[in-house]
Amino acid sequence: MTSQAENLTNIDQFESGRSLWQDAWSRLKRNKLAIIGLSLLIFIGLVCILTPWIAPYSYEHQNLALGATPPSAQHWFGTDNLGRDLMTRVMYGGRVSLAVGLIATAVALTIGVTWGAIAGYTGGKVDTIMMRLVDIIYALPFMIFIVLLMVVFGRSLLLLFLAIGAVEWLTMARIVRGQVQTLRQLEFVEAAISIGLSKATIIRRHIIPNALGPVIVYTTLTIPNVMLLEAFLSFLGLGIQPPQSSWGVLISNGVEGMEEYPWLLIFPGLALSIVLFSLNFLGDGLRDALDVRASKD
Amino acid sequence: MHPPHLRAIELLRTLMRQTSPKQTLHRLLISTLALTSLTLMACSNGETRVESGNRDGIFHVENSAEPQSIDPHVSTGVPENNIILALFEGLVSKDPADLTPVPGIAERWEISEDGKTYLFYIRENARWSDGEPITAHDYVWSWSRSLNPQMANEYAYMLFPLKNAEPYATGKMDNFDEVGVHAISDRILKVELENPTDYFLQLLDHHSTYAVPKHTILKYGSKTDRFSNWTRPGNMVSSGPFRLKEWDIYKVLKVEKNPYYWDKDTVSLNEIHFYPIENFSTAERMFRVGQVHKTFEIPLNKVDVYRKENPETLRNEPYIGTYYYQFNVTKPPFDDVRVRRALSLAIDREAINHSVMFGVVEPAYTLTPPGASGYEPPKLISFDPEEARRLLAEAGYPNGEGFPEVELLYNTNESHRKIAVAVQQMWNENLNLNIQLLNQEWKVYLASRNNLDYDIARAGWIGDIVNPINFLDLGLSSNGNNRSGYNNPAYDELILKTIPESATKEERLANFAKAEEIILNEMPFVPIYTYKTKYLLDPSVKGLTPNFMDYYSYKHVTLGN
Amino acid sequence: MLRFIFTRLLQAIPVLLVVITVTFFLVRFAPGGPFDGERKVDPSVLKALEAQYNLDQPLITQYFSYLGDLIQGDLGPSFKYPGRSVNELIGAGFPITAELGIYAILVALAIGGCAGVLSALKPNSTRDYVSMSAAMIGICMPAFLLGPLLILIFGIWLEWLPVSGWGDLPGDKVLPSLTLGAVYAAYVARLSRGGMLEVLSQDYIRTARAKGLPEHVVILKHGLRAGMLPVVAYLGPAFAGILSGSFVIESVFQIHGLGRFYVLAAFNRDYTLIMGCTVFLAALIILFNLFSDVLAAYLNPRLRSQLGGKS
Repeated sequence: MTSQAENLTNIDQFESGRSLWQDAWSRLKRNKLAIIGLSLLIFIGLVCILTPWIAPYSYEHQNLALGATPPSAQHWFGTDNLGRDLMTRVMYGGRVSLAVGLIATAVALTIGVTWGAIAGYTGGKVDTIMMRLVDIIYALPFMIFIVLLMVVFGRSLLLLFLAIGAVEWLTMARIVRGQVQTLRQLEFVEAAISIGLSKATIIRRHIIPNALGPVIVYTTLTIPNVMLLEAFLSFLGLGIQPPQSSWGVLISNGVEGMEEYPWLLIFPGLALSIVLFSLNFLGDGLRDALDVRASKD
Repeated sequence: MHPPHLRAIELLRTLMRQTSPKQTLHRLLISTLALTSLTLMACSNGETRVESGNRDGIFHVENSAEPQSIDPHVSTGVPENNIILALFEGLVSKDPADLTPVPGIAERWEISEDGKTYLFYIRENARWSDGEPITAHDYVWSWSRSLNPQMANEYAYMLFPLKNAEPYATGKMDNFDEVGVHAISDRILKVELENPTDYFLQLLDHHSTYAVPKHTILKYGSKTDRFSNWTRPGNMVSSGPFRLKEWDIYKVLKVEKNPYYWDKDTVSLNEIHFYPIENFSTAERMFRVGQVHKTFEIPLNKVDVYRKENPETLRNEPYIGTYYYQFNVTKPPFDDVRVRRALSLAIDREAINHSVMFGVVEPAYTLTPPGASGYEPPKLISFDPEEARRLLAEAGYPNGEGFPEVELLYNTNESHRKIAVAVQQMWNENLNLNIQLLNQEWKVYLASRNNLDYDIARAGWIGDIVNPINFLDLGLSSNGNNRSGYNNPAYDELILKTIPESATKEERLANFAKAEEIILNEMPFVPIYTYKTKYLLDPSVKGLTPNFMDYYSYKHVTLGN
Repeated sequence: MLRFIFTRLLQAIPVLLVVITVTFFLVRFAPGGPFDGERKVDPSVLKALEAQYNLDQPLITQYFSYLGDLIQGDLGPSFKYPGRSVNELIGAGFPITAELGIYAILVALAIGGCAGVLSALKPNSTRDYVSMSAAMIGICMPAFLLGPLLILIFGIWLEWLPVSGWGDLPGDKVLPSLTLGAVYAAYVARLSRGGMLEVLSQDYIRTARAKGLPEHVVILKHGLRAGMLPVVAYLGPAFAGILSGSFVIESVFQIHGLGRFYVLAAFNRDYTLIMGCTVFLAALIILFNLFSDVLAAYLNPRLRSQLGGKS
C-alpha cells in the first residue's frame, strides 16, 4: 500500500514531467543489462538499415548447383536449398521483421492503450460497449477475416501492419483497462479530480504513466508474437512475397529441415532471440526506471 | 542396477525424509522433476506398431487427410479413393502391375463386334459384406443413383459413355430405362454405349461406377441422400475384400477382412488402419519410429537422407500426372504465342528436378506423361535460352525491354514456392524479365484461376484413367479445367470429332500426337515435370505392386519379414 | 455479485449475435466456395449441390434460417464431411482439445509458478536470471518449433515417448501438453514473479515475518495467496487462447481435436463448420473473460467495493 505522503510526491513528480524522464534515464543508465540490450538493439537496427550496402550477396541470387551448404568462409551462415546466402537473407529478413515488429506493435499499443484507458477510466455504459466490442473481435475467425481484407483492399504492407495491429491490441486493451480501473480508485487520482483537472489531462498525466509497467512488459512480449504472426500471414498470401523473406518465414521454413539443415533454423532463430532478449532486458529496465515506488527501496 | 522407476522412488523417499523448512520449495521442484522423469521412463515400451501389425496382420497406412465421404458416389479425393479401394470392388478390376482389366465382381464379359454392347457375367459367389448376393439389378440401381442429378455426383461423367447417360445426368431426360444399362437376369448385365470407347473397361474400376448396397442405403435414408448414415461403422455394407470396422473422425479409420468376399482366400491382411495426417513431417516421424507401414508422401528435405540410409524404404515410381504452368492467353503479353514459347524455352527443367525437387520427379517436355497406354508423345521443346531470347525480341521485347509487369501465381506450399523462385530466377537470367511471385491460399488461388484473374499460374493434373485423352482434354475450349482462356476451334475439332472417330489404334495414336503438337507449339500450358510417387514403405510390406496410377490392390498385400 | 454476472450474461447475447452475423457474411464473401476443387465441378452438379445445402436461396433467407436452426441448437450439416453434423464434429473434437488445454494449464502453473516464485524469492540473483531467461525462450519459441524439437529429443533420439497420437500409446499425452503448456508457463512465470515481488514487500508479510513464523509458512500461506492473483486473472484468457490456438499442436502431434476442425474448416470454406466453431468458441471466450473479470474483481479489494456498489 502506498502511503498518503508518497502519493503527494507522486503528484509533484508528474506535474513536472521532464524531471521524471530525466530521473528514469539516469536510473536506466545504472542498469547494465538494459544498456546491453539497448546497445544490441541499436547495433542490429543499424545492420538492418545498412543491409543494402553491406550485405555480402544479393538476397535473390541463386546458385542451384551449390544447393544447401553448412556455414563456410564464403557463406558465414551457410546457404539454403537454392544456394542463396543465408546471412544476406537474415539481414534482409531483419528489415522486414523489425519493421513489422515495431510498426505493428506501435499500432497495437496506440489503439490498445487508448481504448483500454478510456474504457477503464470512464466506466459505465461506455466501458461495457467498448469491452464487448473487444469480445466480438476476439471471437471472429481471424483467417477468414484476413483473406477477406486482402480481397477488398489488395495486398499491401500497410494492410499487413493493420491486420496484425487489429488482433494484437485486444489483450493490451484488457490489460490497460484493468490497471486503469485500479488506479482510478487511488487517492492521488481522486486528488487530481478534486483539483479540477480535465479527464484527458488526468488520463495522460496520471493514469497512463502509472499503468506503464505492465504495458511495457506486455509490449516486449508482443513484438516476437507479431514477428511470428507475420510468417502466418505470409502463408495466407498477405505480407511479403518470395524471394523476399523475413525472420518468421525463415524460421518456419527452417523448422521443416531442422534435422538436415540445422543452420537454416539456428541463424534466423538466433537473430530473433537476440532481439527478443534485448527488448526484454530493456523493457524490464525501463519498467524499473519508471516505477517510482520501486526506486524508493 | 536398479530399474529407473525404483531409483526415482528412492529419490522421492529421501526427499520426504528431509524436513528442513527452508528447502520446501526446492523439494517441491525436485520432486516434480523426479515424477516427470519417472513417467517418462515408464512410458518407453518395446514393440512398435509396425511390429505388432506384422504379427497380427494389421497394415498401418498414413492417408494424409480425413476422408470426406466414403460413399463411392459422393467421394472425390485421393485419400477417399485409397479407402474405397479396400472396401469396394468394381465390376472389372485392374491388374496391379500393368493396370490391364481383370475380372472383378464380373467373372467375364463379352463385347459386340461394333464395340458398343457389353455383356457382363456376375460371379455366382459375389456377396455384399452382410452375405446378401450382388446382382445385375444392383448395378442398374447403383448406376441410376450415380447418374441421378439429385445425387450431385462430381464424377458422374465416368458413366457418360453409356447410351443416354449424359442427357439423364444433366436432367434433359427423366426416364432411366432409356439409359444403356439393363439387367437381363440376376447375373447378366447388358451395357450399351453411345460410341465404341476403348477405355470403357477401365472406367468400371472407378468408384463412381461401383455398385452400392440398395438394401442398406434405403434402410438409412433415401436413394440420393448425401447426408445418409449408411456409411457409418455398423451400418455400412460393401463389396470389396474389406469392410468398415471403426471410424474415429480425424484419428483413424479401420477396415477388417470381409468374410463374404468372393476371393477371401487371397486376402492375407486382417485389418487396415488409415490415419489422416495432413502434416507430412509428422507422418515421416511416425514412419521413422515404426508407427506406420506406409506414408502418403515424404517431405522433400528427407529424400536425400532416406536415399542414403534406407533406400529400400523409398518408393519413387512414375505416376500419371503433369505439373505445369499455364498462361492467361486472353490478355497481353501472353496472347502472343512467341512470348509463351520464349518463357517455356527459358526454363531449365533438369535443374528444377535436381536442385529443387531432389530428383524425385521427371522433367516434362510434353503435356501427356510419356507411356500412357502405349502412347509416346512427341518431344518438341527443350531448354534453349538462345532461341527464347530470339522469340522474345521478335515479339517486341528485346532483352526483356518494355515487358509489362506480370505475376506468377501459386498456392501456398513449400515446393510450389521453391519452383516458382527458381523459375523466376531463370526468366531473369535468361530473358532479363522481372516477374513477381504471388502466393495465395488454396481456395483463393482456385477462384483466381477460375476467373482468369492471373497472368501465369501453377497447375497440376492427375489422370483419372490411363489414356492420353484425359490430358489432351485440358486444351478444349469447353473444358472447365482449361482455365487458360485457350480457344482453338481446330484443336476442339480434333479432340471432339477426329479422335473418337479414328478407325484404328494407330490412327488414334497419330491423332493424339497431332493434338500434343498443337499444344506444344501454341504453349498455353508449360509442362514443368511429370509426377512420380514419393512415399515411404516399410520393407515388411510385400505385394503392394508399384504402378502408373498409384493404384493399391490391398488383397495382394502381405506383411512379414 | 450475482446481478453483475447476470448482467454480463445478458450482454453476451447481443455480442454473440454480432459475432454470428459478422462471421456469417464474412465467410460468404471470402473468395472460393466449399465445392471448389482442383477439378472444376460441372455447372449442373454444382447447382444440385447448392440446392442440397440451400445455397441457392437469397443470402438473407439463409441467414435467418441459420439463426432459426441455431436457436434450436442445430448447427447444421458439415459441407466438407457429408453425413456429419457440425454438432457431432464439435462434440467429437471439443473434449480432446479441452483435455489438452487442462493439462497444458496445469503444466503452465506447475513450471511457471515454481519458476516465478523461486525468482521472486531472490530477485536479481543468478537463479532469477536463469529462470526468467528460460521463460523468455518459452515465449519466443513458437509451438511449431518447440513441438518438433521435443519430439526429436524425447521421441526419436531418446525413444522415451511416442512421437504422436492422443490416448493411443502410453505417455503420448506428455509431449503435446508440455509443448502447449510451455508458452503459457513462460507468461505465468513472469506474472507470478511480478505478483510475488509486489506482495513480499508489503506490510503484512513483514508483520508475519516479525512474528517469527517460519519462512516457508510465510511464503506458502500468505505470499502465494495474494501473489498469484495476476496469474489467476490471466487463466481465463489463457484458457480461451489455448482452446482456439491448439491447431499447431494438434497438427504436429496428430491429435483429433477441435483446433484442427476449425482451421481446416476455414481452409475448406466449410461454411457451417466455421460458423459452428466460431459460435461455440465465442461463447467460451465470453464465459472465460467474464470468469476472469469476476475473479479479478472478487480478489481485488479495491474493485470489490465497486461491484458492491453495482449490485
